[in-house]
Amino acid sequence: MSQSHSLEPEQVAHLAELARIALTSQEISKLTGELGIIIESIAKVSEVATSDVPATSHPMPLTNVFRQDIPGKTLTPDEALAGAPDREGDRFKVASILGDEQ
Amino acid sequence: MNSMSNELIQLSAAKLSEKLVKKEVSALEVTKAHLDRIEEVDPAIHAFLHVSTEALKVAGEVDGARRLGAKLNPLAGVPVAIKDVLCTMDMPSTAGSKILEGWVPPYDATVVKRLRDARLVPIGKTNMDEFAMGSSTEHSAYGPTKNPWDLERIPGGSGGGSAAAVAAFEVPLALGSDTGGSIRQPAAVTGTVGMKPTYGGVSRYGAIALASSLDQVGPVARSVLDAAMLHDVIGGHDPKDSTSLNESWSSFTEAAKEGAKADSLKGLKIGVVKELGGEGFQKGVSDRFAAVCELLAATGAEIVEVSAPSFAYAIAAYYLILPAEASSNLAKFDSVRFGLRVNPPGGGTVEQVMSATREAGFGPEVKRRIILGTYALSAGYYDAYYGSAQKVRTLVQRDFQSAFGKADLLISPSAPTTAFKFGEKLEDPLAMYLNDVTTIPANLAGIPGLGLPMGLAEEDGLPTGLQVMAPAKADAKLYSFGATLEVLLKESSGELILQDSPLYPGANNASSANGGVK
Repeated sequence: MSQSHSLEPEQVAHLAELARIALTSQEISKLTGELGIIIESIAKVSEVATSDVPATSHPMPLTNVFRQDIPGKTLTPDEALAGAPDREGDRFKVASILGDEQ
Repeated sequence: MNSMSNELIQLSAAKLSEKLVKKEVSALEVTKAHLDRIEEVDPAIHAFLHVSTEALKVAGEVDGARRLGAKLNPLAGVPVAIKDVLCTMDMPSTAGSKILEGWVPPYDATVVKRLRDARLVPIGKTNMDEFAMGSSTEHSAYGPTKNPWDLERIPGGSGGGSAAAVAAFEVPLALGSDTGGSIRQPAAVTGTVGMKPTYGGVSRYGAIALASSLDQVGPVARSVLDAAMLHDVIGGHDPKDSTSLNESWSSFTEAAKEGAKADSLKGLKIGVVKELGGEGFQKGVSDRFAAVCELLAATGAEIVEVSAPSFAYAIAAYYLILPAEASSNLAKFDSVRFGLRVNPPGGGTVEQVMSATREAGFGPEVKRRIILGTYALSAGYYDAYYGSAQKVRTLVQRDFQSAFGKADLLISPSAPTTAFKFGEKLEDPLAMYLNDVTTIPANLAGIPGLGLPMGLAEEDGLPTGLQVMAPAKADAKLYSFGATLEVLLKESSGELILQDSPLYPGANNASSANGGVK
């Protein structure tokens, strides 16, 4: 593989942002080291993954499954909202979607 | 604990079933005996995250139905523990994570519903590594489970709670889930039996997903027959899981019973996978494995060596595929619909709330794998990492195909070592990952794998486990062979392996469970 496996703290910070985890700088620095070692080890998959080998995404050959388009039993609004951190009426309540700068 | 309770908790699920059917004992007595046992030993073992307050009521209802002559499943009235990754409407379901602390799902997992329909008695939820990420339960947000054989050692993972609960005679049956060995490795290090069924053989509906193309729910028990009986209850097609196989499965209970009667393995070809042994395997584990091979040969089986060269890449592929799928599956823990919400100081947008929640709610291993998965799936790296891992998956499947051309079943140790001590691998994630070398290939290929005890390692007196693998959908073969081997091993060792456990009920040192905590 041409690209380097080493990871920079800025990359980890960016990945954490994509994954929506507000990592502390300590965590970022620890993870940078740990992930570097792990990626180094797992990068060897490319050694045998030659172009003539097809990819497998799923262990068993399956075709897509459809069901009859008939309404079934669904959760009531109260059941669906029972575990929600916050609600307003029959809706999930969240903080503002857009910040001031947006 | 009185002697009747002591006797009841030692019995297999099959024996309990017989006594219940003959009304020699009531479900209430059986359940009470196990609840008492949990109260006695679980403060030291910590196999349970939650003990059901409904168990006695449910047991009483089963007794009532039986008195009225209702036709019940053979396991009706037998207590069962449920891994906390499975949704239960009457008990919290946290998957070992703080982000789901106290969450009670609005529906039952299909396997749980099937337990209830068969009138088993759900007795509690068992501990696990957070979101099933780990091999030791040290990654549970609620503290680790201790190995009943030695309280300073790990019970395996992620399903260490289910295995320890069964090994410590807190319950005869439990459910587990196996993504890369989470049923088979805990079975190995606790001297118990665990089965990872064929992918799609058991419904995943209501199992909190780790890696959807690898996860499979399965039975945990102290004997092959008990595992088979539980598999019969939970298995079979489920329209609510689109990857569920629409097959009719023969009775695994019958397969195990037939197997126990066989006195010869003549005509059976058993493959020893060269790559799943040798360097890196503890001597006591390799010795026990060699002894099993001799025993099988002496009983008429033909032992052949098979090679699976791509298994050398299986762990690497697994630790790309699993984090990739996990990072997507765990995106649903977003502080909106269920679970924890943490507001950052001074408030913030929904995205900032989400990030603060996930920072506070996920443990270090979960964060590590989510970031790794996000990396593996990002543009520019996708082909080199995730794409290559999927190709390795093809190669692993081809190796299995070729191996099953030469042998009916494949065997290997279930884990390279006996139970290691707490903390030994915690700061070295890669060492923890390498522990799964034996079990991962079966998940990548979707084939079934049975783990059962193969005696104690000489150097440390701790349990070792044998893994038996069969082609996809040949789960019955594993139960049949496993039951035969169980009888052979019992005859050769003269006793059940758990009778050597310090926690064996009524053993002189049974109280060491409470006194042994340091």
